[in-house]
Amino acid sequence: MIREDLAPEVALELAVELGLKPAEFDRIVEILGRTPTVTELYMYSLMWSEHCSYKHSRKTLRLFPTEGERVLQGPGENAGVISVGDGWAVAFKMESHNHPSAIEPYQGAATGVGGIIRDIFTMGARPIASLDSLRFGPLEKPRQRYLFEGAVAGIGGYGNCIGVPTVGGEVYFEEAYEGNCLINAMAVGLMREERLTRAVAAGPGNLLLLIGSTTGRDGIGGASVLASQEFDERAEEKRPSVQVGDPFEEKLLIEACLELLDAKLLVALGDLGAAGLTSSASEMASRGGVGLEIDVTKVPQREEAMKPYEIMVSESQERMLAVVTPENLAAAQAVCEKWGLRSTVIGQVTGTGRFVVREGDTVVADVPAASLAHDAPVYDPAAERPTYLDEVQSFDWRTLPHPDCGYVLEDAFLAVLASPNVCSKRWIWEQYDHQVMLNTAVLPGSDAAVVRIGDTGRGEMTRRAIALSADCNGRYCYLDPYLGAQIAFAEAARNVACAGAVPVAITDCLNFGNPEKPEVFWTFREAVRGLADACRFFGVPVVSGNVSFYNESFGQAIYPTPTVGMVGLLDDVDQRCTLAFKREGDVVVLIGETEDDLGGSEYLKVVHDVVAGRPPALDLALERDVQAAVIEAIQAGVVNAAHDCSEGGLGVALAECCLAGGIGASIYLSDDLPPAVALFSETQSRVVVTCAPEQTDALIDICDRHEVPYSVLGTVGGDALVFNDEMRFPLSRLREAHESTLPRYVGTAEAVAGVSE
Amino acid sequence: MRFGIVVFPGSNCEQDVKHALDLLGFESRYVWHGEQDLGGLDAVVLPGGFSYGDYIRCGAVARFSPVMSEVVRFAERGGPVLGICNGFQILTEAHLLPGALLRNRGLKFICKEVPLRVERSVCAWMDAEPGTVLRIPINHNEGNYYCDAETLARMEANGQVVLRYCEPDGTRAPGGSAPNGALDDIAGICNERGNVFGLMPHPERAVDPVTGRTDGRVVFESVVRRMAEIGG
Repeated sequence: MIREDLAPEVALELAVELGLKPAEFDRIVEILGRTPTVTELYMYSLMWSEHCSYKHSRKTLRLFPTEGERVLQGPGENAGVISVGDGWAVAFKMESHNHPSAIEPYQGAATGVGGIIRDIFTMGARPIASLDSLRFGPLEKPRQRYLFEGAVAGIGGYGNCIGVPTVGGEVYFEEAYEGNCLINAMAVGLMREERLTRAVAAGPGNLLLLIGSTTGRDGIGGASVLASQEFDERAEEKRPSVQVGDPFEEKLLIEACLELLDAKLLVALGDLGAAGLTSSASEMASRGGVGLEIDVTKVPQREEAMKPYEIMVSESQERMLAVVTPENLAAAQAVCEKWGLRSTVIGQVTGTGRFVVREGDTVVADVPAASLAHDAPVYDPAAERPTYLDEVQSFDWRTLPHPDCGYVLEDAFLAVLASPNVCSKRWIWEQYDHQVMLNTAVLPGSDAAVVRIGDTGRGEMTRRAIALSADCNGRYCYLDPYLGAQIAFAEAARNVACAGAVPVAITDCLNFGNPEKPEVFWTFREAVRGLADACRFFGVPVVSGNVSFYNESFGQAIYPTPTVGMVGLLDDVDQRCTLAFKREGDVVVLIGETEDDLGGSEYLKVVHDVVAGRPPALDLALERDVQAAVIEAIQAGVVNAAHDCSEGGLGVALAECCLAGGIGASIYLSDDLPPAVALFSETQSRVVVTCAPEQTDALIDICDRHEVPYSVLGTVGGDALVFNDEMRFPLSRLREAHESTLPRYVGTAEAVAGVSE
Repeated sequence: MRFGIVVFPGSNCEQDVKHALDLLGFESRYVWHGEQDLGGLDAVVLPGGFSYGDYIRCGAVARFSPVMSEVVRFAERGGPVLGICNGFQILTEAHLLPGALLRNRGLKFICKEVPLRVERSVCAWMDAEPGTVLRIPINHNEGNYYCDAETLARMEANGQVVLRYCEPDGTRAPGGSAPNGALDDIAGICNERGNVFGLMPHPERAVDPVTGRTDGRVVFESVVRRMAEIGG
């Protein structure tokens, strides 16, 4: 007998309070043929929340190409998986943890890392790298510094402890993120192809084994209350919905789960993330077409008098759900015991197709398992082009006065180099262990991280490597969502190409405002269309991803931010390239061509305090050819440094190459462009490379064969970056501008005291 | 010559030490923290990581692991023991080395390559010319070495200070060169006999050229040479 504990009108009231719409409630009643119980309402409200069901985005996401010869697992599982050769496979995914972090930055960011890492080893892969894409408001604001420092400390605190290197990422500071910061975490794992594990429950009579932490009241409603609603003045009250992380437990889970999979002791493995046990169990059941029965009194609890619904939707961290055969139970529990982990049988697989939850002998929920995971409503939201676009796009930067020589131009250059969006991010990545596992062949601070493929200290090491980059310029996406999303893709691919790697697949994290607002949904649809078109053009599939809506505070949406996490392949790790200028006398060449693209540029923002204009145009064919030329030149050993031109323009790119190498350069900029355009234009499809003088012909030959424009800019040497023999920036001055920004805001207590409000 | 690499729950650099030793051609095996037999091992390494999560003082729980009483016995018999980072913290907690490792002065985790000066010492794990500057990464939140003045003077007199943080040219800055605030710029120390060595930098991270420099090799090579000399 099911315990019917709600009158119909009370049930509807609770449903609405939990974030369900009345029509959704009616649908639940229809599925069940009766009034849902409290437990059932909680389960549906979480599983049918935007965060878990993708009900507003699902149709649009079908635009993405998801197949390719390397794809072993596309979207729909815990992570995407691609083949990287010689029987090795790489699992990766990016996910948002925005709202928890906006309330409690340390734990929000830490558990964001923990969650995405679990998605990776759930697939059978050992996590080998993580990256983070972060957005905050301006650092002049104390709360933004608190959020920024807390999030960085949380990412480090968690990632450092579990021994997974944090190898890269990006961060931007813009007013648009002030009320709603973004914390997107990407994780990458490595496995042998045959180890690929899917979270598919099977075999009636098999047991459900809950492994890891106890279950508490933390994180109840995380996916619905936090992730699927906008922020308002009550945001602080949502603090109890933020989970608390235990990285030590996670480290033990990684080792124990990989050992369980090695020993082939599991039928299936799933992690408990958003919506906790409900989500993990119902997804495993529906994928396998089976039913499940769980007794909540068997679930180890860390708090007293927990209600069945609390146990079923708790988002307590560091828990995994495994399906084991009765014969393998003892052996599986012995492995957990070895690692000091709790493991408890909480139920079993059934052949009924129903998800039954009991509290002892009393049934508190009995629903079709597939209805939770797959019957959520799918919406077709209205879309309308936002009115602001005409205004911002019609802005003509040519109407502004631009510095063309002397101190004014020099100061503008140093200001752009020192801006928080452009400056060195050393302060961040020196707080992350970016080296553990001994495969990080290109450290943070270059265009892409390069990670050698190898099972360090346990198995085979290879010569192969992957290059990783996470990118999105939200400002471009605000000014033109379609183009901005394409540029996010192009830049991520270019970064990977600058390491010498071929871009092969992406994950994405699509951060937007409230999709129920037609203007917001239009930006979402345009961005997805842009990204999908770019992916198709490059033949690069989307294998996993995440949508984060409701990133608004007080009705104000963030910039559309479709972050792209790119994976590239390098056959020989010794062919990797970095941005650092290396040898006196090397020739500096620009592959690609500078146009007058100051719209949406960092220069406009820093020097003129303007965010407007049209973002740089992007010619996908030219982009592809430039990348192909760069990759060929690197792999052939013709060039010895490569760096893409992005925010800040060519001048910033050259300064970064000089600083990384500790050597200057003499550069001659074309007279055809005004100096401000030559220095600060953010034209796409440009890469700065250097080669030995005797390799210049070979480089020109490669550019000609790929039919890409190039120009010789000057030579490497000296202890200053000199433009046209006139503007001279000693390296020490560049370093001061580039390195001191973040420490000045958040580095030390003394430095913070010195920042004027 | 066979190394044992102790694995505590929460260790996370054990596979790195193994990789470094493999690359140098030295035999090694993992030793689970519950083991109580170090038979057949000629040297023991306590690797970096966060043993037991390090939620209380770093290394404070690990020192009570079953394997640690064996490590103490092994060290007392003169067996070479190396503690890297968390391993160094465990060695001080186990009183195999003097002093303690406090929170970094800047209250932040630091991961970066730093210059280190080789001091004149009795350490079996550091057979390099005093004054040599090595560049090896550090990676810690609690590496701020501290001991009382008397202990420091005694260590100096005995040649127990093995490595000091320094400037790139090997000099020490007047205000200190330690990025973590360590007393007297101390990065690594050994016991009086020189067989037990603890250091905050990670020599195993400076062995494989794919990851950068190879200055860390000297630590492992030194002890192998020393053991060969004494017929160990």
